[in-house]
Amino acid sequence: MSATAPALKIREPSYINAAYTAKSWLLTTDHKRIGLLYMVAITFFFFVGGLAATVVRLELLTPQGDLVLPETYNKLFTVHGVIMVFFFLIPSIPTTLGNFLVPIMIGARDMAFPRLNLASWYIFMVGALFAIVALIGGGVDTGWTFYTPYSTGFSNTQVIPMAIGILIAGFSSIFTGLNIIITVHKMRAPGMTWFRLPLFIWSMYATSLIMVLATPVLAMTLVLIAVERTFHVGIFDPALGGDPLLFQHLFWFYSHPAVYIMILPGMAVVSELITCFSRKPIFGYKFIAFSSIAIAVFGFLVWGHHMFVSGQSIYSSLIFSSISFAVAIPSAIKVFNWTATLYKGSISWDTPMLYALGFIGLFTIGGLTGLFLATLPVDVHVTDTYFVVAHFHYIMVGSAVLAYLGGIHFWWPKISGRMYPEWWGKVSAITIFLGFNLTFFPQFIAGYQGMPRRYYAYAPEYQVMNVLSTAGASILAIGYVLPLIYLIWSMREGEVASDNPWGATGLEWQTESPPPTFNFAETPIVTAEPYQYNPDGTFTPQTTLSVRQIKKEVAA
Amino acid sequence: MTQQTSQPTSERTAHQAPALRTYYLIFLALMLLLALTVAVSFVDLGAFNELIALAIAAVKAVLVILFFMHVRYSSRLTWVFAAAGFVWLLIMVGWTFSDYLSRGWMR
Amino acid sequence: MTELHSTSVGPPVAHHFEDFEQEHEANMLGMWAFLATEVLFFGAVFVAFYIYRSAYADIFKEASRHLYMSIGAINTVVLLTSSLTVALAVHAGEHKARRLMVGLMVATLVLGLAFLGFKAFEYYLDYQEHLVPAFNFAWEGANPAQTQLFFVFYFIMTLVHALHMIIGISVLARMIWQARRGSYDQDSTAVELFGLYWHFVDIVWIFLFPTLYLLRQ
Ligand SMILES: [Cu+2]
Repeated sequence: MSATAPALKIREPSYINAAYTAKSWLLTTDHKRIGLLYMVAITFFFFVGGLAATVVRLELLTPQGDLVLPETYNKLFTVHGVIMVFFFLIPSIPTTLGNFLVPIMIGARDMAFPRLNLASWYIFMVGALFAIVALIGGGVDTGWTFYTPYSTGFSNTQVIPMAIGILIAGFSSIFTGLNIIITVHKMRAPGMTWFRLPLFIWSMYATSLIMVLATPVLAMTLVLIAVERTFHVGIFDPALGGDPLLFQHLFWFYSHPAVYIMILPGMAVVSELITCFSRKPIFGYKFIAFSSIAIAVFGFLVWGHHMFVSGQSIYSSLIFSSISFAVAIPSAIKVFNWTATLYKGSISWDTPMLYALGFIGLFTIGGLTGLFLATLPVDVHVTDTYFVVAHFHYIMVGSAVLAYLGGIHFWWPKISGRMYPEWWGKVSAITIFLGFNLTFFPQFIAGYQGMPRRYYAYAPEYQVMNVLSTAGASILAIGYVLPLIYLIWSMREGEVASDNPWGATGLEWQTESPPPTFNFAETPIVTAEPYQYNPDGTFTPQTTLSVRQIKKEVAA
Repeated sequence: MTQQTSQPTSERTAHQAPALRTYYLIFLALMLLLALTVAVSFVDLGAFNELIALAIAAVKAVLVILFFMHVRYSSRLTWVFAAAGFVWLLIMVGWTFSDYLSRGWMR
Repeated sequence: MTELHSTSVGPPVAHHFEDFEQEHEANMLGMWAFLATEVLFFGAVFVAFYIYRSAYADIFKEASRHLYMSIGAINTVVLLTSSLTVALAVHAGEHKARRLMVGLMVATLVLGLAFLGFKAFEYYLDYQEHLVPAFNFAWEGANPAQTQLFFVFYFIMTLVHALHMIIGISVLARMIWQARRGSYDQDSTAVELFGLYWHFVDIVWIFLFPTLYLLRQ
């Protein structure tokens, strides 16, 4: 270890020990506590969405529809999709790790707008309440995409409460993104130049751009849906002069970039983990940094690839198809750079690293099959089959959730002040990786053979693949429950963590574990580029100085 | 705390914004443009009606943004933030219309 | 928390900022980012409107002729004037002229209410002419479905805009109360932020007016 930064540490109560009352949590403006509030909320929704998926998988064990009614099945996959997308994946990393880490990583005392940050959590919870009301009131059966005219004219389920819930939760996402953008622009510590920012920050910034610029379009689209459904006026209804494709345009203007809201933060986490556990500086820092921004911008230009078979103009489809290929370039740049970072690194196989490596593998498969789907003729062949389902689960579950869990493990000592049990960590990482592949790889095959998605019964020749998939899902479920148990256990029983257990360079590791309420005893001065790792385990932290030290020296 | 905050002092004084006279002049311009756009709406110019109406609206919006909202006197970063929403709106307009204008069945 | 700490110069600053300049710039940029969001929120419904307008140009023109352009024009004057008064209020705030600032804020409030009054009156006239979809829409001419589409958009767009006006007016009313007590004497950032929001609502109307009322030839 090279020089530590004693001036940044004085033992004052950590943010956890600052106060213990429920009020001190529910009215906190501390970004770290708000991150934990979000973590509790989205963990709950993850298991609600997971429960729906469990029943779906059980139903699909046999070709006949024998477990649930067809209408129930429609509601189950809708609930699974809506909850997982809007109430777990979209907020997952930005609101938890993002909230917790962005200010610390740039050397700030808090987000730029702490009260807005707390408000965004409450807004999220109000949105969640509407979603729960919609579920209790009978659920929704439109699929998470709310396609018209079914959602506005025909469905007899709780479309409006669910739409309102998503709209409200969308505003929380906008406020989180806004907060991160302004924080990164305005709250950086002295010496923290743009090219000294950890890559986590670059990716979170790119994610926030999408949150701020795409989410409002979804909000307006849901308003239009609610108006059309409530007042029976035709906005998208072809019988009344409307165009259902217009809904799809507006919906996917948000929902394709939303995929990048889910995956960019995963890339953010993985960039940190790969370099730390390879003990090598990241390869191609600027390429990774700019590729995040490029993904965010190009991600807005490709939404029409969801509409290849919808009746969209064929010329438009060609454009959307070719630009979709272009988005693969910045993603591939990242994968190549991570691989180059691993090359000849002194790799250690800790749990976070296992998750990160799993991410790279699954993301590569998900990304390459995405190219199949961007190819117009291939997409026409596999549209609405399990091939598509498998593809986006590789991205949204395989990649995004693995990165989320990897990040939780990596920063757990900083968040909780305790180490998680390493052996169990490795078990969970491997279980999830194997269970995931067993669940979703067979779906590629079933889908390519023509098994349609969203059906509660299917032709008997697909049964083998579905049995494999359901078996995999049960393994996956165990893998997901394990961290929930041992992480909670470790909060009391885990080994006490040192301030920098991984020997990492970021500012968050130069303060205490867990950090004090204002993160640093004194504003740090950033003196080094990120990721200066050496093969022998030594490293140069990003800060060894504080403003007060400088002032003292000047005075002397 | 950050680099941007320690901007040159000219920036500091600059965000004190324009003289009062400028506000009145801009207001006058806005009123004239309003009169113009209403007048044009009574003349049939074919497709140019749409074009002129939207162009005048855009000019009015730009005047409000630059002078009333002080962007003219603000940092480069404010320019970028002010423009971003409109640029992204153009993406939405352009790509959506690329479908409708090349589809054929709508007309 | 809103604990303030004082720096060597300038007004007190929230705890997590270094100085007033940083806080001020963060607040202003935050509002700009929010307005970028708003541009796309309104933008979505504008795009939808123009898609249908390009498909049903003649029907929409005919429908547009049934709106009261005079009321729309008067409201544009009212709103542009309120933009002027709010800009002058910000100016007064920066020059520490409290009474002038409060006066201009009150003027803005009155103009905002006037806008809503005219708008409500116009809605009433529309209702009398059976132009309100879902309530009493009746159309004798050709293409009633597409014509109704025009009025659906007219009401959604103007109502969402009016909702923004109502939120703005409520905030402004509270701020006038605060301003009278001298809350913005040292730091008028809040007035500046409100000004940005109000100008933006004005800009939305600058586009709504020609979109709905003027494209009739
Ligand atoms: Cu997509």
